[in-house]
Amino acid sequence: MADAATKVIPEGKVPENANEHCPGPESESAGRAAGCEGCPNQEICSTQAAGPDPDLPIVAERLSNVKHKILVLSGKGGVGKSTFTGQLAFALANDENTQVGVVDIDICGPSLPRIMGCEREQVHPSSNGWSPVYVQDNLAVMSIAFMLPDEESAVIWRGPKKNGMIKQFLKDVNWTDADEQLDFMLFDTPPGTSDEHLSVVQLLRNSGITGAVIVTTPQEVSIQDVRKEIDFCRKASVPIIGVVENMSGFVCPGCHNESRIFYPTTGGAKALCEELDIPLLGSIPLDPSIGQACDFGSSFIDTHADSPAAHAYTRIISKIKSIVVES
Amino acid sequence: MSHPEVGERLASIKHVVLVLSGKGGVGKSSCTVQLALSLASQGHKVGVLDIDLCGPSIPRMLGLEGQQIHQASSGWVPIYVDSSKRLACMSIGFLLPSKNSSVVWRGPKKNAMIKLFLADVAWGELDYLLIDTPPGTSDEHLAVIEYLQEWSPDGAVVVTTPQAVALADVKKEVNFCNKVGLPVLGLIENMSGFVCPHCAECTNVFSTGGGEGLAKHFDIPFLGRAPIDPNLVMLLEQEDKTVVPNKHTSTVS
Repeated sequence: MADAATKVIPEGKVPENANEHCPGPESESAGRAAGCEGCPNQEICSTQAAGPDPDLPIVAERLSNVKHKILVLSGKGGVGKSTFTGQLAFALANDENTQVGVVDIDICGPSLPRIMGCEREQVHPSSNGWSPVYVQDNLAVMSIAFMLPDEESAVIWRGPKKNGMIKQFLKDVNWTDADEQLDFMLFDTPPGTSDEHLSVVQLLRNSGITGAVIVTTPQEVSIQDVRKEIDFCRKASVPIIGVVENMSGFVCPGCHNESRIFYPTTGGAKALCEELDIPLLGSIPLDPSIGQACDFGSSFIDTHADSPAAHAYTRIISKIKSIVVES
Repeated sequence: MSHPEVGERLASIKHVVLVLSGKGGVGKSSCTVQLALSLASQGHKVGVLDIDLCGPSIPRMLGLEGQQIHQASSGWVPIYVDSSKRLACMSIGFLLPSKNSSVVWRGPKKNAMIKLFLADVAWGELDYLLIDTPPGTSDEHLAVIEYLQEWSPDGAVVVTTPQAVALADVKKEVNFCNKVGLPVLGLIENMSGFVCPHCAECTNVFSTGGGEGLAKHFDIPFLGRAPIDPNLVMLLEQEDKTVVPNKHTSTVS
């Protein structure tokens, strides 16, 4: 019975339940060869694109001036991926000489533009491709939200259209001029381990991914989805920079006592990191001002520099910086 | 496109309700579980179908982690929570070899799995089938709507948290429902305020009132707001099956 759920077709491998004369899931005739007739995987193979993508070298060329590419991932939704991406981008861009680009590949629920305070902006085409939206001189953002008629419009797309959009973000956006460099490119992702994640990893294969930062909250319901994301990173050979535990503990503004809203019944991120042998970058407490800063699109670390949460952010971000620059 | 095999299963199910939200981590699965437990405790026969294939949370929340699905001549036998078999559950979590295994699937495979869940699970007679969904407006949502279309599901319960960032995504979900012709039964504002256990002061961790405003804006029923309660998190975490009184149930029938 377990087979039904685990028949993921790994890159280039013939699935166990395939027909005898399987041409291989990556071949040109996958799903259409004579041997494919009646195979349980036929529909999957024939709907997958055959052969290596001809656009991959173009993407690699576009991103050749980008030094570090960092993915922000989590199996679980609503744990603070976009919040963390936003704050990381603001903090990196505090240094005027650092050029930062942020790509929001959450196509169905883009939150980054609001968090970065640029929601009503629009993308302009130029001879070198689309110009991203600049929040500061050295901080550029690209998201599908800039292309929607209003914030209520739903993007009801199946996988292939989402993948096409992500490809355009990398292929058709003028991230840098020829003689300039982008120091960091951050990718904010949707929850899960599906189309968007596979696409971005495949598109970046030629240009290389520096690593992934994984965000979680302390309770097991969230940790169990994050385990799946870590498994995905290992399957897709994406290096893991480390895990950030968000919403860990809440300090009451009235009495300054700390309580655990999302209790780490299984030891939280710390136990997870020890079990799977990955670095824990730090824990960020729940602070209502973080949510407010996001709703207003301002940099939390700048506006609430003295709060414990801002200190936690700063420590984690400098850790990420040093790990990334060393690698 | 017609899906007679889905129809045969649904013929013995009285009400089909989807639990949706554009945003992740707002409490879709928690609400689904509470709703299911409340309905079951009122004597109804309830089925919970978890179509969040990449991040199934229902098995953990119902205390069913590690269980295995068995095949019978009538189809896949769902996992029963209670001995009286009033609450049945089906999730991809039961089909995975270990809790660390990920399901790295693109759209077409997810669609096929959802169809299997709808066509091959031997629910038997049910009063309610609750469908827990992943965040977004993409493959899983389109697939489940497509397969259910002819058998007209009762509608969707939309869950949100109060802050603007979440509301923006939930607006998209309500528009999705409108576009595909799925009635919205109502909206739940979850995580609305937190009462400090030390001083009993209520803090609006994720602001407040946003859900009610949204419901008014779209002219859909507002089902109520639920505060953040660490006890609820603990219950779900400890795989306890205690029923928390739920005020939303009456609106579903």
